Amino acid sequence: MTSRPSVALFATCINDTMFPGTAIATVRLLERLGCTVTFPEAQTCCGQMLTNTGYIAQAEPVVRTFVRAFEGADYVVGPSGSCVGSARHQHPMIASKVGDEGLRRASETLNQRVFELSEFLVDVLGVTDVGAWFPHRVTFHPTCHSIRVAGVGDRPQRLLREVGGIDLVDLPDADQCCGFGGTFSVKNPDVSVSMGSDKARSAVSTGAEYLVAGDNSCLMHIGGLLSRSKSPVTPIHLAEILASTREDPR
Amino acid sequence: MTRLTPAPDLPAFLGMPPFPEAAPAGLANATQRANLTHATRTIRTKRAVRASEVSNWDDLRTAGMQIRNRALRNLDQYLVQAEQAMTEAGVTVHWARDADEANRIVVDLVRAKQADEVIKIKSMVTQEIDLNEALEAAGVAAWETDLAELIVQLGHDRPSHILVPAIHRNRTEVRDIFRAEMGQWGRPAPDDLTDDPAVLAEAARLHLREKFLRAKVAISGGNFIVAETGTLVIVESEGNGRMCLTLPETLISVVGIEKIVPTFADLEVMLRLLPRSSTGERMNPYTSFITGVTSGDGPQERHVVLLDNGRTNVLADEVGRAALRCIRCSACLNVCPVYERVGGHAYGSVYPGPIGAILTPQLRGLDSPVDRALPFASSLCGACNDVCPVRIPISDILVHLRGKVVEHKTATHPTPESIAFAAVASTMASSRRLGLVQRGSELVGRALGLVGRRRLPRLPWPASLWLRDRDLAAPAKQTFRDWWRQRERGERP
Repeated sequence: MTSRPSVALFATCINDTMFPGTAIATVRLLERLGCTVTFPEAQTCCGQMLTNTGYIAQAEPVVRTFVRAFEGADYVVGPSGSCVGSARHQHPMIASKVGDEGLRRASETLNQRVFELSEFLVDVLGVTDVGAWFPHRVTFHPTCHSIRVAGVGDRPQRLLREVGGIDLVDLPDADQCCGFGGTFSVKNPDVSVSMGSDKARSAVSTGAEYLVAGDNSCLMHIGGLLSRSKSPVTPIHLAEILASTREDPR
Repeated sequence: MTRLTPAPDLPAFLGMPPFPEAAPAGLANATQRANLTHATRTIRTKRAVRASEVSNWDDLRTAGMQIRNRALRNLDQYLVQAEQAMTEAGVTVHWARDADEANRIVVDLVRAKQADEVIKIKSMVTQEIDLNEALEAAGVAAWETDLAELIVQLGHDRPSHILVPAIHRNRTEVRDIFRAEMGQWGRPAPDDLTDDPAVLAEAARLHLREKFLRAKVAISGGNFIVAETGTLVIVESEGNGRMCLTLPETLISVVGIEKIVPTFADLEVMLRLLPRSSTGERMNPYTSFITGVTSGDGPQERHVVLLDNGRTNVLADEVGRAALRCIRCSACLNVCPVYERVGGHAYGSVYPGPIGAILTPQLRGLDSPVDRALPFASSLCGACNDVCPVRIPISDILVHLRGKVVEHKTATHPTPESIAFAAVASTMASSRRLGLVQRGSELVGRALGLVGRRRLPRLPWPASLWLRDRDLAAPAKQTFRDWWRQRERGERP
C-alpha cells in the first residue's frame, strides 16, 4: 500500500461515550501507519442494542444514519468486531425487514468497505508488525462476534505476536463466550455473571497483567467482574496495545 | 391413586417460572453443574474431532441444509407421497392436528389391542405431546426402554437434554435410583449393584428384558420418513429400539410432519451428519429402516401418526421456518455456554438449549411468559450456528423471535422497556441528539459526583442489575467526539 488510504473512523457509541481512549488510540495508530483519518460526525451507533433486544423496526433509522454518515468513505474502520459484524450482518437484514430495498442495497454496497480494525491492518494495509511496543504479559480473548460474526480469524493474534516486548500467553477456554451479550447481561444477570466469572478466572490463571480483546463491550463486563473481585488483571483494547510505542508508551 | 408408572410430582413443566427466574436453581445445583460440564465438554470435543475427519464437512452441512429445505418447501406434496407409499406397504396413516388428537389416536389404538402396557423407543415428539401421561390416564403403562430415559422415568424426573436425557445425573445417582425404584416397577436391581457403568447397564438390561418379552405394542417416534418409499428410519444406540421394532405385534409411530426426506438417497447425507453431530460417532450403532409390514417378520400391524402441533405455523414464518430443518442431534446444546451452566429443565420445554429457545416459542406461540423469555435465553455467542449440521441460523432466528416478542408485548400499550428503547432509538438516529444526551448525562454525572470516579457506586434498578455483581467504570471526562472537535480546532495534537 503506497498511497495514503483515507479512513473514516467508526468510533462506535460505546467507545465514543465510555472508552474514548480506544478511539483515540485507533486514530493515532492509523495515522502512524500512514492513513488519513476522518471522523464523520453524523455517525452514532450500529443499532445492535436495539436489534438484539427485539426493537428491529426501531433500529432502521439508526441503520440509515450509519449508511448516510459513511457512504462517501473509501474505508470505514471500527475498533469492534461486534459493531462491525452487526453492520455487515444485520443492517441489510433490518432494511429487508422494513421493506426498504434501496437501503438494503446501499448498506450492502457500503459494507464491502467496512472493516474491523485488525482486518483493515492485515488485509488492506498488509501489515502485522505495526511498530508497537508493549512490554507486558498479555492474554487475548477472541470475542464471539469478532470470530463468528465479523470473522476476523487469527488476525488480532498475528498483530499481537509482532508487538515488541510483549509476553503473549494463551487464555484457557478462549473460545468460550464471556456472557456479556448486550441486554442479556441484565435480562439474565445470573447466567451472564456466571459465564463472565469463569472468563475472569481464566484470565487471572494466566498470570497476565492485561486481558486484551477487540471489543470494549465484552471487556466492560469481564473488567467489571475483575474489578469487583479485586483481580490484578486490567482489561485493555487491542487498539491501545497496537498504538503504544517505545517513544509514546501507553 | 396409585400410578402404573413413575413420574414427577407435577405435570410437565406446569407452573414453571420463566428462564431468568428458573436459571439460578440450575446455576446453584453443584452436582448438576459438574455433571453437565463434564458431559457437554466430552461430547463437544468428540463431535469436533469427528467433524474434522470429514474433509468436506461444511459441504456436507450445506447438502443437509438443502435436503431439509427441499423437503420443507414441498412438504405438502411429500407428505401425501409418503402417506401413499406407507399405505400401499401396509401401514395405516393417521393425521393429528395437535397433541390431544395424537394422544387420542394412540390411546384408541392401544385400547383396540387390549394392551395394558406399551414399550417405548426414545422419542422427543411423544414427550412433546406428553403421551405417557395420556396413556397412564387411560390405564396403560408406558415403559421407556432407552437407558437414559429409563433413568429419568425411574427417577420421577424430566429429561434435560435431547440426546442424553439424564445428562444431569451421574452414575452414583443412577445407582441410587435403580436401587430405590426398579423393584417397585418390575424386576429389582441386584443386591450387589455398584455404580460401575457395565453393572448398571446389566441391571437395566435385566429389568427391561421382561418388558420387551411381554409387550404386545411398541411406540416409537421417527428420525426420518422417506417420502418415495414410505420408509421409517429409527436411529438409536442401544439396541432397545431394535427390540421394540421386532418383538411386539403392533408398532405405533408418532412422527412430526417435518421429518420427511424426499428420497432414500438423501439419507446418505443425513445419516453421515447425524451421528457425528450428536454422539460424536462415525457411524450410528443401530439404524433401522422399516418399510410397511412383512408377513412373519416384525410387527404385523403398523400405524404412523403424522403430527402437526404447531409445525405449520412455524413453516409459515419465512425466517423461523429454518428451525424445522432440525434433526435433533443436540450439537447446539453441547456447545452452548448457557445450557452448560443452567441445564435443560430451566427452558420449560422438552426442547432445551439453543434449538429449544427457537423451536418452543414457535410451536407453542408467545402467550405464556415462559415462551416469551426463551428467545432471550442466549448471549448470541453463535457457537450453535457453527456446529449445526443443517446450518440453522439460530442466532438470527433468536433475534427475529425477540422482535416478535416485543411486538406481542407492545401490541396494546407500550411497556417501560419499549419507552426506554424508543428513547434510545431516537438518540441513536441522530448524532446531534446523541451529542445532547452525552452532554446531558455528563452534567447529571457531574452533579451526582460520578465523573472522575474510578467506578460507579451502588445505584438503584435498573443499574443494580449490572452493579450487583459487576463494577462499571465511571463515565469518561471527555467523549471521543469532543476530543476530536478539540483536535480539529487545533487545541490538541
